[in-house]
Amino acid sequence: MIYDTLTTLKTLDAQAQIGLLFLGLFGGLSLVSAGTALYALREQTAADVRGLRRFVADLRAVWIGAVVFWLAWITGASGATFLFAVISFLALREFVTLMQTRRADHRSLALAFFIVLPVQYVLAARQEFDLFTVFIPVYVFLAIPVLSALGGDPLRFLERNAKIQWGVMVCVFGLSHAPALLLLQFPNAHDRGPFLVFFLVIVTVAAQIFEEIASRRLPRRPVARAIDRSFGLRAWFVANLGAAVVGGLMFWITPFKLPQAMVMAFIAGGAGTLGEFVMTALKRDAGVNYWGNSRAITGAVGLLDRVAALCFAAPVFFHSVRWYFQLKN
Amino acid sequence: MTAADALGFVLAAVARLITGAQGHWKGVPPKAEQRIYFANHQSHLDWVLIWATLPSDLRQQTRPIAARDYWTTTPLKHWLTREVFRAVYVERERKEGKIDPLAPLAAALEQGDSLVIFPEGTRSAKGLPQEFKSGLFHLARRFPHVQLIPAWIDNVQRVMPKGEVVPVPILCTVTFGAPCNLQPAETKTAFLARAREAVVALKPGGVAA
Repeated sequence: MIYDTLTTLKTLDAQAQIGLLFLGLFGGLSLVSAGTALYALREQTAADVRGLRRFVADLRAVWIGAVVFWLAWITGASGATFLFAVISFLALREFVTLMQTRRADHRSLALAFFIVLPVQYVLAARQEFDLFTVFIPVYVFLAIPVLSALGGDPLRFLERNAKIQWGVMVCVFGLSHAPALLLLQFPNAHDRGPFLVFFLVIVTVAAQIFEEIASRRLPRRPVARAIDRSFGLRAWFVANLGAAVVGGLMFWITPFKLPQAMVMAFIAGGAGTLGEFVMTALKRDAGVNYWGNSRAITGAVGLLDRVAALCFAAPVFFHSVRWYFQLKN
Repeated sequence: MTAADALGFVLAAVARLITGAQGHWKGVPPKAEQRIYFANHQSHLDWVLIWATLPSDLRQQTRPIAARDYWTTTPLKHWLTREVFRAVYVERERKEGKIDPLAPLAAALEQGDSLVIFPEGTRSAKGLPQEFKSGLFHLARRFPHVQLIPAWIDNVQRVMPKGEVVPVPILCTVTFGAPCNLQPAETKTAFLARAREAVVALKPGGVAA
């Protein structure tokens, strides 16, 4: 029954499908916002107010994300690439702020921001996916430590370089795979790129939400208490099964068949939630409990928190799709 | 819009893009009262950052101090400080007892303008600020009705270390504290030490190197 409906949806043309998607997205968001506004009118305890404020901040982030997404859709591939490049820039700026860097790293950082970042996105836009894939892991991997060494400061050299490399990998390399997806050409399904990005974003967000719910409902068995008290393997697995179901429900917008869509959703969701977990470890190291506590620590603005999952999910998803379908460009 | 206004707008936008230019008004709201902001000094960008942090109506009446012998040497520097920032020029070389070095500052305050000063007198790249110079004390005594607002500028030295030309995007904040005016019968040393502590107390936690 559901399957029939979804298969019918698959036969619609791209315009009708995108219309449906945005109707669903903005309609749903409007409903949630209206509900929140009504809820805020009720009498509340201080704890409720704090929770509500957090929720409203998250909701606003989702709204911004949805609008950015819609802008990316109407401006086409080049607009979307530019938008993701800007997000990359802001995320890397936040990342570098929170890391201890030294004077001698100045040139490497300038290289990362003003050369590596634009080149990576230009490569994505020009669909040069072979160079796109190796540019950062191969060439930049060498260039950054060379520049740092020329800076002439041996103190904590490996550590400093590792931080910059890692920041570039996550904030630039990882995130640049989202617009790259837009440009992926499938042999028998044209213009599926934007739908794949939509699929990826929804599935990663769904995995995060399910994980939040699952870790509250299921008995907690944290695997790394010092890093995250709520991260447990069972909750993680359940959350990604949830993401797989969401992915399955959206299979009609993708070039995938139903089981393929579910597996891809599981992979993307899993990579995203694990990425978020890794970011939590990083935050603990930098002394931040929540990226958003900007008043206590310079640099914690909260953007990185929100794109972290996507930074990890996008490259894994992109390369899984490319490998599985044997896509050449 | 004049060329100077346009350049000011562009500079503020660039400062936002590179540093985020977040102002945290902890002790006072950003109101258009007459004020002297005093802050730690680590980089040439300090003034631009404070200026970009201020709301645009405050920006128009808040002026920096510029050394006349450096900032008027070329027409461009002179135009930039005079037209864009409306700087108050001071003499660095004190001519033997002739004029009061604070006279230009006093004139600006009498006009009702706000000032931004860096009481260390020079840039200090290493952590905590140096001892404050006495100028702040004299202004505080002569203009008791002007609010003295301490400010801590965080992270700027990482954006553009001495000798580099390309700034690196790193988020910076300016934290404004509660007014720190001269107490009755407070000595110069005590006041300057208290003012310096007020600035240091605003330093955020975290990894600022």
